[in-house]
Amino acid sequence: MSQGPGTGDPGPGGITRRELLGALGAAALPVLGGAGVGRGDGHTGGRAGGLQTEGPAGTPSDPDLLHPKIWWEKVLTAGELTTLTALADAIIPADERSPSASQVGVPDCINEWASAPYDSHREALGQIRDGLVWLDAEAQRRFSRRFDQLVEAEQQQICDEICYLPKAKPELQAAAKFFDLIRDLCATGFYTTREGMKDLQYVGNVPLQRFDGPPPEVLRHLGLA
Amino acid sequence: MRLSTQRTQPTYDAIVVGSGAGGGMAAYQLAVAGLKVLLLEAGRQYDPMRETPMFQLPKDAPLRGGGTRDKPFGFYDATVDGGWQVAGEPYTTAPGSEFRWWRARMLGGRTNHWGRISLRMGAYDFKPRSRDGLGADWPITYTDLAPYYDKAEALIGVYGSNEGLENTPDSPNGTLLPPPKPRAVELLTRKACQPLSIPVVPAHLAILTTRQDHAGWPAKLHPGNLLAQRVLRDSMRSRQACFWATECGRGCSIKANFQSTTVLLPPALATGNVDLVTNAMVREVTVDRAGRATGVNYIDKRTRADRHASARVVVLAASACETARILLNSRSTLFPNGLANGSGLVGKYLMDTVGAGLSGQIPALEGVPPHNEDGASGDHLYMPWWLYREQLAGKLGFARGYHVEFGGGRRMPDAGIFGGLEQFTEGAYGKRFKQEARRYYGSFVWFDGRGEMIPNQDCYCELDPTVKDRWGIPVLRFHWKWSDHETKQAAHMVRTFEEIIRAMGGKVVGTVEADGAKVIAKGGQIIHEVGTVRMGADPKTSVLNPWCQAWEVKNLFVTDGAPFVSNADKNPTLSILALAWRTCDHLVGELKRRNL
Repeated sequence: MSQGPGTGDPGPGGITRRELLGALGAAALPVLGGAGVGRGDGHTGGRAGGLQTEGPAGTPSDPDLLHPKIWWEKVLTAGELTTLTALADAIIPADERSPSASQVGVPDCINEWASAPYDSHREALGQIRDGLVWLDAEAQRRFSRRFDQLVEAEQQQICDEICYLPKAKPELQAAAKFFDLIRDLCATGFYTTREGMKDLQYVGNVPLQRFDGPPPEVLRHLGLA
Repeated sequence: MRLSTQRTQPTYDAIVVGSGAGGGMAAYQLAVAGLKVLLLEAGRQYDPMRETPMFQLPKDAPLRGGGTRDKPFGFYDATVDGGWQVAGEPYTTAPGSEFRWWRARMLGGRTNHWGRISLRMGAYDFKPRSRDGLGADWPITYTDLAPYYDKAEALIGVYGSNEGLENTPDSPNGTLLPPPKPRAVELLTRKACQPLSIPVVPAHLAILTTRQDHAGWPAKLHPGNLLAQRVLRDSMRSRQACFWATECGRGCSIKANFQSTTVLLPPALATGNVDLVTNAMVREVTVDRAGRATGVNYIDKRTRADRHASARVVVLAASACETARILLNSRSTLFPNGLANGSGLVGKYLMDTVGAGLSGQIPALEGVPPHNEDGASGDHLYMPWWLYREQLAGKLGFARGYHVEFGGGRRMPDAGIFGGLEQFTEGAYGKRFKQEARRYYGSFVWFDGRGEMIPNQDCYCELDPTVKDRWGIPVLRFHWKWSDHETKQAAHMVRTFEEIIRAMGGKVVGTVEADGAKVIAKGGQIIHEVGTVRMGADPKTSVLNPWCQAWEVKNLFVTDGAPFVSNADKNPTLSILALAWRTCDHLVGELKRRNL
C-alpha cells in the first residue's frame, strides 16, 4: 500500500497542462476591486445577494485571497542576495523599454520562492545556495573578485559558459542547471510585475463592454484578413 | 437577510449530501418543489460574491500566484481546503496503481473552479456497447435526457452554437447564448485544421456572454410553480454578463459563470425550504429494520460531535468517489457489504477522462500587434471528435473518441512564464533575453485531448482495510489500470497535435512521445471521476435503477457523477446537472404518489 500521491507543487516552468488550465486567462488593473463588484443590476437589493460566509481560515490551504500574505521566513543571507542580485541583473538588465530585475524586486521574489516550505522548493534552495557559492568562487578564481564586483564583460565570460545546458561542459552542468533555474525565476519575477507586463505590452485584465476579437491589423498580420 | 442557517429540524423531506453540481441542483429542485431540505456540506461556507479575487495580480500573491501543495492550481484558484491532498483526509492506492483524487472541501465543491466546459452527450454516448461491444449501455437514451439538457443549459447559461455535427447534439433555438468571437490563435488554428478535415467550432462554456432572459425563462423552466419562478427570476436578475477579464477558475463575483454557489444555492436558499449545514462530514446513511433509509450520521467538524439527521429521502451527491465511500461505510446487518451493494458494484467501474497534451511555438504568432485576448478566459473554440467513420471501420486501433481543447496567445503573464525558453533561444540572457521574451510572448499554442475511457474491471475504489481519516472514517483505496484503448487514444492525440502544430508552421515544445502509456494523464488527474454507483436496467449489474434510485433502497437517490455508465469525451458536469434534475423530478413525483 502506498499513500495517495501528489504534492502537486510544480517547479519553475514545470507547470503541467492541467495546472495551466487552471491558470489561463488571468488578468491586471484592479479597476473595480474585488468583492462588491457584483452588486446586481439595482433590482436585487440584498436578496439573493450571497451566502453568509465564515470567510477564509487564513491557513495555507484556505488563505485570504483578497489580502495575500507570505507566511514563511525568507532565508537567503545578505551575502547570498548580493550575488543573486548581480546575477538577476545580468539576466534581466535595464534597457530602453523596462527596468532591471532588481529594480522591480526580483531578488526578493526569488528569496521568497527559495524559502517556501514545500519539498521541491527546499531542494531548489540547496541548488541555489550551491550555485551562488560556485558563481563567487568562479569569479574569484578568474578575476580575484566576487561576482557582484565584476564588470559586465567579466560577468558575461562566466555566464556564457553556463547559459545553455546542451553546450555547457560536463563539469559545468550543475552550474548551467542553476543558471537556467534562476533565469526561469527571473522571468516569473520580472514579467509578473506591472513593468514586466508593460514591457510585453500585455493589455488585458480590464473590464470590457464587448469582446470584439482581434482587430483588423492583427488579422492582416496573420494573413486572416 | 440571513440566507443560511446552521440550525436543523427534527426531520426533513429530503437530505442532500454535497453542494456541488449534483447536490446544488438537487437542493434547488427539491426546494422549489416545496420539500423541506437539509443540505449537508463537508467543507466551509464560501461566498464567491465576497471572496473572489477578481483582477488581483500575480505579483501580489505568494510565489507570484504559482501552484503549491496547498493551492495546486495557483494561489487565486477558487478551491480552498482542497486539492490532491486534504489535510487529515487521506486516501490510498493499491500496489501498482496510480490514482489522484481531487477534492474541494467547500460550499459548491468543484463547481467553484471548474473549466465551465458544458458539452452534451450524444445518442451514441448512451449506447456505447450496442455500437462497439465494449463497456455498457445506459438504461436511458439521449431522448430521455435531452429535455433536461435543454433546461439545464437555460438555467445555468451556456454559450455555444448549433453545428449539426455527428453525435454532438444541437440545442433548441434560443437556448445557447451567443459564442464569443474567436481569438487570433483560435482563428489561425482553425485555418490550419481545415485541410486536415478537423472541425473547429464554437466551444460550449457555462459563461454568460449576454444576460439571461430573466423575464422569460423562469415560467418556461418552472411552469405553474410561482415560488420557483420568483426565486429563479431574482437569481437570474442578479447575474451579470461576462466583462471579458479575470479567469473563471478564480470564481466570479459578478456571477457571470456557473458555480453552484452563485447559480443554484442562492435561489434554493431563497425558497426558505433549505437548511444548510456546513462542516458536516457525512459518515453513513442510516436504515431502519425494513431497509429504508432513515437519514444520515455526520460529524460536525468544528466540535467533532456525532450527529444524526433524519428524512424521508436521502440524496447522495458527495462526488462519485465520496458517495461510493459513504455507501460502503453504511454497513449493517441488512447490508453487510455496504448500503445498496447487493450487486457488489459500489465503487466499481470507476472512470476518468483520457488526457494528453502538446504545446507548440508558432512563428506566425510572433510580433502580433498588442491587443486584449483575455476573452471569456476559457476556450472560445474547440474541436469535437471527428473520426466516427474511421473508428467504426476499425482503422484507428482504439474504440472511442476525444475532443480537443486548445488555446494560447497574449494572456496575462503568470508564474512559469517563459519557463523552458532556453530551448528556443540557445540560452539567451541579458538584453537579448528581453528581446527574445518580447518575440516569443503570445506565440505559443497548447492542445489538450479529452477522451472517453472504457470502464474496466481493474479500475475501482474500495474501503482501505486499515486506514481511517481524522474523523475515524475508513478511507478509500484506489485501483487503476488504463487499457490499450486509452493509451492508444492518447498516442493518437499527440500525433494529431503534432500534425496541427506543423500545419501552423510551428515547432513542438519538447519532444513528441509516441508511447501512449507515457503521455496519458494519471488516473483521476483530469478530475472527471464518474461511474462508481452506476445505474442500469438490471439490479444484478447495476446499483441504481434508470431513475438513479437505489434498487435495494427505494428512498435513496444519487445525483452526482456516480450513476454514469460510461464517460464520453463530453466533460461530465452538464450531464450531472441534467441527470440530477431528471432524478429530482422523479423523486418529487414518487413522493406525491406516496411511493416513498
